[in-house]
Amino acid sequence: MSESLAPTTPPEPDTPPTTVAGRLDLLHRAGGIAVPVATAVIAFAIGGLVVLSSGHNPFLAYRDILNGAGLNWIAHPWDVNTANTAPYNLTQTLLQTTTLILTGLAVAFAFRCGLFNIGGQGQYFMGLFVASWVGTSFVNMNRPLHILVGIGAAMLAGAAWAGIAGVLKATVGAHEVITTIMLNWIAYWIGSYLFQQGGPLQGAENKPLDIPISADIAKSAKLPVFWGDPELQGLHIGFFVAIAALIVFWALLNRTTLGYEVRAVGYNPDAAAYGGIKVRTNYVRAMAISGAFAGLAGGLDMLGYLFHYGVSDVQASGIGFLGIAVALLGRNTAVGVALAALLFGALLFGTTHGLQSNVIDPSLAGHLTEIIQGLVVLFVGADLLIIAVWRAGGRIRKRPPKAPVAEAAS
Amino acid sequence: MSTYVGQLDAARFVRPKAVAAYGFALGVVAFIVVIPPITARSPVWSVLLGILAAFAGVFAASRGAQRAGWGAVVVGLFGVALGVLATRSSTADLNQVFTASLIASMLVFATPLTFAAIGGMFSERSGVVNIGLEGMMLMGAFWGIWGADKTGSWVGGLVIGIISGGLLALVHAFFAIHLRADQIVSGVAVNFLALGITGYGFVQLYHGNNVPSNISQIPNVNLTKNSNHGFFSEAFGHLNLMIWAAMALVVVSYFVMFRTPLGLRIRACGEHPRAADTVGINVYLLRYFSVVLSGMLAAAGGAYLTVGFLGTYNENVTAGRGFIALAALIFGNWKPFGAFGAALLFGLSTAIAFRLPVYSDTAATLFQALPYVITLIAVAGVIGRSTPPAAVGRPYVKQ
Repeated sequence: MSESLAPTTPPEPDTPPTTVAGRLDLLHRAGGIAVPVATAVIAFAIGGLVVLSSGHNPFLAYRDILNGAGLNWIAHPWDVNTANTAPYNLTQTLLQTTTLILTGLAVAFAFRCGLFNIGGQGQYFMGLFVASWVGTSFVNMNRPLHILVGIGAAMLAGAAWAGIAGVLKATVGAHEVITTIMLNWIAYWIGSYLFQQGGPLQGAENKPLDIPISADIAKSAKLPVFWGDPELQGLHIGFFVAIAALIVFWALLNRTTLGYEVRAVGYNPDAAAYGGIKVRTNYVRAMAISGAFAGLAGGLDMLGYLFHYGVSDVQASGIGFLGIAVALLGRNTAVGVALAALLFGALLFGTTHGLQSNVIDPSLAGHLTEIIQGLVVLFVGADLLIIAVWRAGGRIRKRPPKAPVAEAAS
Repeated sequence: MSTYVGQLDAARFVRPKAVAAYGFALGVVAFIVVIPPITARSPVWSVLLGILAAFAGVFAASRGAQRAGWGAVVVGLFGVALGVLATRSSTADLNQVFTASLIASMLVFATPLTFAAIGGMFSERSGVVNIGLEGMMLMGAFWGIWGADKTGSWVGGLVIGIISGGLLALVHAFFAIHLRADQIVSGVAVNFLALGITGYGFVQLYHGNNVPSNISQIPNVNLTKNSNHGFFSEAFGHLNLMIWAAMALVVVSYFVMFRTPLGLRIRACGEHPRAADTVGINVYLLRYFSVVLSGMLAAAGGAYLTVGFLGTYNENVTAGRGFIALAALIFGNWKPFGAFGAALLFGLSTAIAFRLPVYSDTAATLFQALPYVITLIAVAGVIGRSTPPAAVGRPYVKQ
């Protein structure tokens, strides 16, 4: 709420850079890749303490989680013991990674424009709902066209949903955090309405059975699977779409005028406006592009492996929120988002369906993901802590502990 | 500080009196749709329009136009009542949806929101954004019922729940105040943490389902005898203790915030911390106090939900109520009575949403989205006319 909610008071001379992108820049200068790695390590360590306090061995628990994610297969590709389940687990981890890359990019792109897009979940939902509608309608369309229409519509839906927040920010200065939170919950209830008993997207065969789930999408709308069994949630080509999205993200930001403007607004909107950049236009544009990433995630999930959706899925879904942790841990860069998405994708699948462990119960481990997610966001937000630790490292003996903190702020 | 992201000329359309006038008009339309020539069959439209009118009224009233605003509220609620009277197909139908018990259930749904919104007011008035209300509420909900189970008394449960919310708020306060983390990022983190901690605890302590059903619950206050079935008795006769506590809290917090030195100091920290510091106010201390208090109040709301109302717990039981509370706070313009009014209307729309399905109307689900839509509209009009505390969201650096 640092910028437009408080337009009247002049900035105080000693405050650290106030835009999110400004803070990000500060982080970049303070410690490079070591800081996010340290953040993740600390978060996992505290998560381990929680596991320990509940009477389980944290090292064995983490080992089982990594095995559950299928990552042991990379280390021992020809091991007979892992050859049965590990490849399957790995495809499932990469399915989650695909979604997380895109929901992460949705947060990261807005961040680079100085906007905090908490609405990834809502934009993901809108993409998913629209893809479900397209997939179950137009049954006679040919396959490439049906897929393209479905994905395009999902991206547009996400962009439009985020665009509402962008337009409100640009025209009346409504804070994007508040508007995107509200839009998340509106999307949540729209989903509950669409798939409920008697809802417009509830499957015809589910209606007499009172099952609040949509019909399966048509075969022509399903994405081709390149690894694994298509009947058992194989890895679909959306994975490559997500990789391409990472490249698009990087190129858009670093190699186009649009990206230059977005980053300029992110660093300092006043200076950008002084330089002739239309700040309002860029707010709308950045939000719409962010929303398109999240909508794409929803579209790929629906056409790639979910095929149908229900009220309980709407209530349980949190992958859009996880995108916040992915973007923050990945420092809002393409490579960082990819790595963070892989980490959280492994954690997400490894703690739930993939986990076969006598050390820790899967229903318990699933919540470990949420705790680690919270800790990562908490620590990444506390840049001063990180900078203080970083700078104090060299001179901790020479100075009283508080001095580096004050210095870092000036 | 991007001041040029300015306000359009739209500001003059959202003057409080103008909003109140729109509210009046909507309230009248709510009645018109059910009489010839339109003659809507279902009461959904007049209920929707009437509630919108009431919202416009609260909006206007909490921004200066008291008389016109509350007038619009009255017209809107009359619009709802008359609209329903005109569309009723039978008296039985009517009784199922709109009875005195609707008022009681409105108060039930409004109470957690009121606690959390008043808590949020303290935090934000002191200059710390609190997106984490949802998480603090969830902590109160889970640890409250755990405490009631372990200590065997609802008082113990309430106290433990409130402490757990206060502890989570302390984390938010430490990161937001001392470490100067982005307050929104920190609030988001706190929400995730609460989800993880309560989920983990629920599986570890109760295996994810079996909370004892016979825990000690917060008692009801019986003002009338059970045999009495008058309107007053049904609406107010058997409300939970916490509902009355919430109403008292609104009055007390108004008094504290606007009539005592403590309130003045809290507001000074939120408006201009440097000036507050200069005259000797301990900005950090007051911000810590306010944030922790907000966590405790939000947790009390959560504890009411489980220990008072449901008597049980299921995963993520708060389900976004903390965010509705945040919406009520914004809608009520960071004022106790405004926030309470908004919480009541949000409670009313929830209560109606649960009753409309007797008309087999699938669209009733969409009623649950009403608080968020309303807030979206309010935020779009609010900024520029009446603003939140000036220094909210900005870390303060001592010199």
